[in-house]
Amino acid sequence: MNDKTRFMLKKLLLYSFLFTVVVWIVLPIIVSILYAFSSKLDYYDPQKVIPTHYTTQWVKTLLFTLGAWDGIKNSVIVAILTIIISFSLGIPAGYAIAKFIFPGKDTIKLSIIALRMFPIPVMAIPLVVLYIKLNLIDTLLGVALAHTAMALPFVVLITSSIFAGVSKELEEAAMVFGVTRLGAFFRITLPLALPGLAAAAMFTFVMSWNEVFVASILTLKNRTLPAQILSIMAGSSGGAAPPYYKFAAAFIMTLPAMIFIFFARKYLVSMWGITLK
Amino acid sequence: MVEVRLEKITKKFGDFTAVNELTLTIKDGEFLVLLGPSGCGKTTTLRMISGLETPTSGKIWFGDRDVTYLPPKDRNISMVFQSYAVWPHMTVYDNIAFPLKIKKYPKEEIDKRVKWAAELLQIEELLDRYPAQLSGGQRQRVAVARAIVVEPDVLLMDEPLSNLDAKLRVMMRAEIKKLQEKLKVTTIYVTHDQVEAMTMGDRIAVMNKGQLLQVGPPVEVYSKPNSIFVATFIGAPEMNLMDVTVKETDKGIALEGEGFEILLPEDLGEFLKNYVNKTVVFGIRPEHMTVEGISEVLHVKRKAKIKGTVDFVEALGTDTIIHAKVGGKIIKIKIPGHVPIGLGRPVDIIIDLDNIHVFDKSTEKAII
Repeated sequence: MNDKTRFMLKKLLLYSFLFTVVVWIVLPIIVSILYAFSSKLDYYDPQKVIPTHYTTQWVKTLLFTLGAWDGIKNSVIVAILTIIISFSLGIPAGYAIAKFIFPGKDTIKLSIIALRMFPIPVMAIPLVVLYIKLNLIDTLLGVALAHTAMALPFVVLITSSIFAGVSKELEEAAMVFGVTRLGAFFRITLPLALPGLAAAAMFTFVMSWNEVFVASILTLKNRTLPAQILSIMAGSSGGAAPPYYKFAAAFIMTLPAMIFIFFARKYLVSMWGITLK
Repeated sequence: MVEVRLEKITKKFGDFTAVNELTLTIKDGEFLVLLGPSGCGKTTTLRMISGLETPTSGKIWFGDRDVTYLPPKDRNISMVFQSYAVWPHMTVYDNIAFPLKIKKYPKEEIDKRVKWAAELLQIEELLDRYPAQLSGGQRQRVAVARAIVVEPDVLLMDEPLSNLDAKLRVMMRAEIKKLQEKLKVTTIYVTHDQVEAMTMGDRIAVMNKGQLLQVGPPVEVYSKPNSIFVATFIGAPEMNLMDVTVKETDKGIALEGEGFEILLPEDLGEFLKNYVNKTVVFGIRPEHMTVEGISEVLHVKRKAKIKGTVDFVEALGTDTIIHAKVGGKIIKIKIPGHVPIGLGRPVDIIIDLDNIHVFDKSTEKAII
């Protein structure tokens, strides 16, 4: 075997591997999109793998009759609230952990992660009781606060590692040339941390978007999308939904998250010709 | 432009004393080099002058202004950092303009000054680029341009050349020195490189273990080191040191070492009267010796002769460094030019008595 064939073989192996991975990820998405718009007859026809007649009926019904549209709006609000709250708490905490030495630092870091050890179902009842007392039950803010509690540890850890990657001298240079420490943070560190913060925002958004358990127990009327879909699919409105509804629901749930990631993506890789880790 | 006075400044980090009661005055417009090995407290001293650290005790004065506890932004200083610290998310232009923008200069004035600084550092064509697109040397220039654009009272430099390659370093050394002479800004320059210190400083302040050991013009620090540390830290190859015993002979005071004896002239012997029969440290720089019959370049008025054998020869092209074995010790002798000399050959080493050093063994302070 000469070098050329070996090279070709290597390339072939690489591409077949990539192909497998892509198919593995993309195929279910394509299938769910196809069946979400498939007509009832085509869906149940065993001869047809790819439907030929399409309808938007299932998606429309889900969105406007069964309340998924309100669910989307609620989910977006909750996700954005979660990002705002967890960032305004998590960025200062992450900065402090990255840049300062203080007593109990390691303990704090550990307890931040340990918080995630408790299974949420265990906390469900106390949480509901607490929310009723605080008048937070069935509010979007309430769900956002619960999601913040879940996302915050990761936001703190992600941002602290981002801030640790911005060299101290860059901030000190700004301080020497005329700004305060806070000014240096806003003019130097924060812009440099932007790609990393985008990643953290993406993570928080997806986490909140997909979270179903807490959202289901804390809300009744103001449900987020996953909670709403779950209640539809599980048959709270009379019997389990037919399968093409499930595909339509999957489509509705995937699309906004994909759009969000598509736009946040460009901040992720690199800016100003540099890559910050 | 201002005089900087440090009054007994001390900095402690927990139990560790980084800088201990340092008192030093940097004259208006002077180029002072803080020289010392890593961890000697020179960078901490610089950071206290910048305001990035505050001293545990002591005072810092800029002229008649007490700046000890002033934040960096209120001191009207500039700094060039070891890692350059140019901001990667700003273009070269914005980097240089930053101090001016913060100080709210009018737009035309900013433009004029940025162009002026860029021209001075020869980086006019790079103004639109981002730092990631620049080489190390170019980033260095941006950092210097940013530091001089505001016309600071004090310019601080923290090992600014240590990340450059050797050739570029020599070039930037001359450029920074010329720039400072042109701008006449009070400059404090931290380095561990004694060659940099010798070539750039108006005065050198040598530090070790948080203590200021000696301050003076480069030639003075080189020729009259006040302690063993300063003597060995400055000069390459470093000064030869040997333990010797002071003897009183009928011809005068002599230094007796392993395998040699040096008779001192009367005026030098005077200094050692109190050390008779005691052990002292004898020091001689490699360039203040020669080998008899090989080089007549060394013009010495008063000389002593000791015997040794050639152990090893480093031919550097411009100089030859002969390692001679005297007694059990190796003495390095630096002779200009290329000198062919056989290994193992016995030689007579000539010592220039006007350039010898003698140190107290216990205090390590200079006696001669």
